[in-house]
Amino acid sequence: MRITVDTGRCVGAGQCVLTAPDLFDQDDDGLVTVLDPTAGVSAGAAREAAALCPSGAISVAAD
Amino acid sequence: MSTGAEAPTPAPQCPVAFPLRQPGRPFPPPEYAQYRAGPGPVRTELPSGTVWLVTRHEDVRAVLTDPRISADPSRPGFPKASRTGGAPSQYEVPGWFVAMDPPEHGRFRKTLIPEFTVRKVRELRPAIQQIVDERIDAMLAAGTSADLVESFALPVPSLVISSLLGVPRADRDFFEDRTRVLVRLSSTDEERDKATQALLRYLGRLIQIKQRRPGDDLISRLIAAGTLSRQELSGVSMLLLIAGHETTANNIGLGVVQLLANPQWIGDDRIVEELLRYYSVADLVAFRVAVEDVEVGGRLIRAGEGIVPLLAAANHDDTVFAAPREFDPERSARSHVAFGYGVHQCLGQNLVRVEMEIAYRTLFARMPSLALAVPVEELSLKYDGVLFGLHELPVTWK
Ligand code: HEM
Ligand code: SF4
Repeated sequence: MRITVDTGRCVGAGQCVLTAPDLFDQDDDGLVTVLDPTAGVSAGAAREAAALCPSGAISVAAD
Repeated sequence: MSTGAEAPTPAPQCPVAFPLRQPGRPFPPPEYAQYRAGPGPVRTELPSGTVWLVTRHEDVRAVLTDPRISADPSRPGFPKASRTGGAPSQYEVPGWFVAMDPPEHGRFRKTLIPEFTVRKVRELRPAIQQIVDERIDAMLAAGTSADLVESFALPVPSLVISSLLGVPRADRDFFEDRTRVLVRLSSTDEERDKATQALLRYLGRLIQIKQRRPGDDLISRLIAAGTLSRQELSGVSMLLLIAGHETTANNIGLGVVQLLANPQWIGDDRIVEELLRYYSVADLVAFRVAVEDVEVGGRLIRAGEGIVPLLAAANHDDTVFAAPREFDPERSARSHVAFGYGVHQCLGQNLVRVEMEIAYRTLFARMPSLALAVPVEELSLKYDGVLFGLHELPVTWK
């Protein structure tokens, strides 16, 4: 799996951090950063975070 | 520009009553389910013009993320909930970014995001816990009964946001009174204006004081960042104060009633997300207007027509939430739109989650004998506000 984020779209709601804290964090500006772009064992959580993100900032692609 | 809609289905002829939430009727109103099952958004007329009620989860999300749909109430055709049909003057406040569209909206939102991250809110936990404990101390000291709305649900979020902003505690009553005028549907435009002006004057003075003597608070940090004018700063501060006050209070009150009826869930933090979904107190908050012709759920909405995404309807959509009328903290409720969706999705949502969690946990731990002082049918529900909630919540304890 490959996680990509578009910080230009991110509105800092933090849904991703709540859903998958091992994959996503918010930087000093409150915008999304990816901790593990491969998603490791958390592929399901990555997909859930992408679906919950209110601004469509998260994309997940299968390998 | 293409809308994708070929032949728009004719809309129902007879306008529906609005708002559908009325005294003596169940909440959410039964029409919500009827409309969801129907052919798409339902047309009605308000003093502001044609308005489309949107009820399906999918359609509500689509409306709230469509760049052809605006959140700017100064545009013609924007729905007006006030029974008088007048434009709430609060929207004309500089910095009132919930009523702005991108890219203007982004300048404000980006400035505020760092103050409301998951981590920042976690750091506020001890302060929130202290505020909650102090309110409970005060209730316990005062006797064995209280109106929980007045003594707990309203002051807790108000004190939390006031302390975050750096508003002195002594001014709390002043804020609560004015905020209530702004969220009541029956307030006249004149009353709204007066309350708005009083709040802005106060915040203007507070900002001046903090310019000279900065503290460890949000307003002082925004001043230091230097990206907003003083007028914008007052507007932003007022938005935070108002947006986070009664919304959270109503959730706290309704949640206590739910937990008293279903004590098996006391102590389970999963109730927070399900309470947000179930009551959807901000059902009538996210109004919009179409800027171009746009298709929503198979219907053509014309430029200049209003759109009302009914958040409670989406949160009770049985294609997303099985048995939606059942209160079930074990379901996964996170995809609710109780905080809206799209670029305006609630900035304070993580603060709310922590406040609700600490409020319920502490209240039931410290007041284990808490009980309603009146039968549940006699509780007075707020039907005259933009927000759904309880007017009062009489409780007793031993
Ligand atoms: C249970 C409590 C709350 C509920 C149900 C709620 C609900 C909402 C909803 C539905 C919106 C979107 C409005 C729209 O799209 O037009 C929103 C936006 C907003 N909320 Fe909340 N809210 C709550 C608490 C708070 C708190 C505590 C704060 C303050 C810190 C807050 C600050 C805001 C702000 C600033 C916006 C505008 C965001 C933007 O336009 O980018 N809210 N809220
Ligand atoms: S959920 Fe989306 S908008 Fe919110 S912080 Fe994560 S990426 Fe940004």
